Amino acid sequence: MEAITLLQLIFDTLLGFTLLWLAWQALSSPDLFRAIVLFIAFGLLMALTWVRLNAPDIALAEAAIGAGLTGALLLSALARLKAKNSATIMTEQVKNKPLFWLLLTMLSLAVTSGLAFSVLTLQENSPGLSIWVLENIETSGVSNPVTAVLLNYRGYDTLLEMSVLLVALLGIWSLGGVPKRHDSFPGQILNILIPLLVPLLIMVAGYLLWAGAHAPGGAFQAGSLLGAAGILFLLVGWQFGTQFMGLPLRIMITFGLALFIAVGVALMLFGNQFLEYPSSLAGSLIFLIEAAATLSIGITLAALFLGGRPGLRRHK
Amino acid sequence: MNNIYLYTLVGVGLFSLGLYALIVHAHLLRKILAINVMGSGVFLILVALANRTYGTAPDPVPHAMVITGIVVAISATALALALTLRVHTETGRVELPEESLE
Repeated sequence: MEAITLLQLIFDTLLGFTLLWLAWQALSSPDLFRAIVLFIAFGLLMALTWVRLNAPDIALAEAAIGAGLTGALLLSALARLKAKNSATIMTEQVKNKPLFWLLLTMLSLAVTSGLAFSVLTLQENSPGLSIWVLENIETSGVSNPVTAVLLNYRGYDTLLEMSVLLVALLGIWSLGGVPKRHDSFPGQILNILIPLLVPLLIMVAGYLLWAGAHAPGGAFQAGSLLGAAGILFLLVGWQFGTQFMGLPLRIMITFGLALFIAVGVALMLFGNQFLEYPSSLAGSLIFLIEAAATLSIGITLAALFLGGRPGLRRHK
Repeated sequence: MNNIYLYTLVGVGLFSLGLYALIVHAHLLRKILAINVMGSGVFLILVALANRTYGTAPDPVPHAMVITGIVVAISATALALALTLRVHTETGRVELPEESLE
């Protein structure tokens, strides 16, 4: 028993230092491509850290979104910048003035020690809301406490989060059309892998969506896998017909949020509060909302990667 | 149970590293990386502290908040990258103009 605890402590310490080292390397590497690849590695190690901290739901989300999709977005942006000027450019103030360096170092040290002091002086045991969550889990319609919090107790958070995703996409669309892609060939390997990978991704997404009710998983993890499948299609240059890019695309993107709000409002008509599920229907309603959310999240994430409003030529 | 504080301190370290990099670098892509590292630090602190439940299952509320946070972070990152690309198209630069302090 003792040996195992010691081994775990060594592993945690190593993991912690590796995280800090990778973050530092990702933030200071002169080559931006290298920096982004290190950042993706950092995200994967974060996923491992979530497992160590008993948070498998977050580990799934981090591996798919934090490491995977963020990395894809960053690499695609880097390719479009065609940046030769990727060497570390300091801000002018920092470069020229030693006083600034001094102030900055002092600020960083003060923030670090202040934060460290405040987290270390927190009381040792503080179960927070977990007792209430577990006491009421029977009425929530699902048995995975994280899904219960996301879709039932704090449904507002999830509703607003989906709005944020939609607003971000609207922001990107308002900046213009899809940037012209360089004519690059994805290569034989990707071409062969895609027919194998995409069905697998869709199947795993369906599983995660279903499993989310009682085990780690849920709409966001499943949605990000669908998004990954969409990005793979975009990478090999598959074009969807323009007739799907107008109204059908918009309906798909807003479907999850619209259904979420519709369920909330419908419940109000039956005398409940907004998003207050009756416990006999809670399980089905949550699954319905999650299924619609998965679809919308997947398509929205792929559209984020596309980087502009389809069907609109970027003015040059 | 000591790994709670170990990971909390790593989270603090990540937040500070990110903050430092955010101030020092002018390149917008690096600033976006820095904000993401800061966010990871905050998530790590939240989830590590969620384990303080007398050795029982961790508090699911911070877990749900972090999942929400990860999705919000990628939305913000995608929008920031689109803005960066637009700045690059309009000005040919990848950093914002410096304001003189004098």
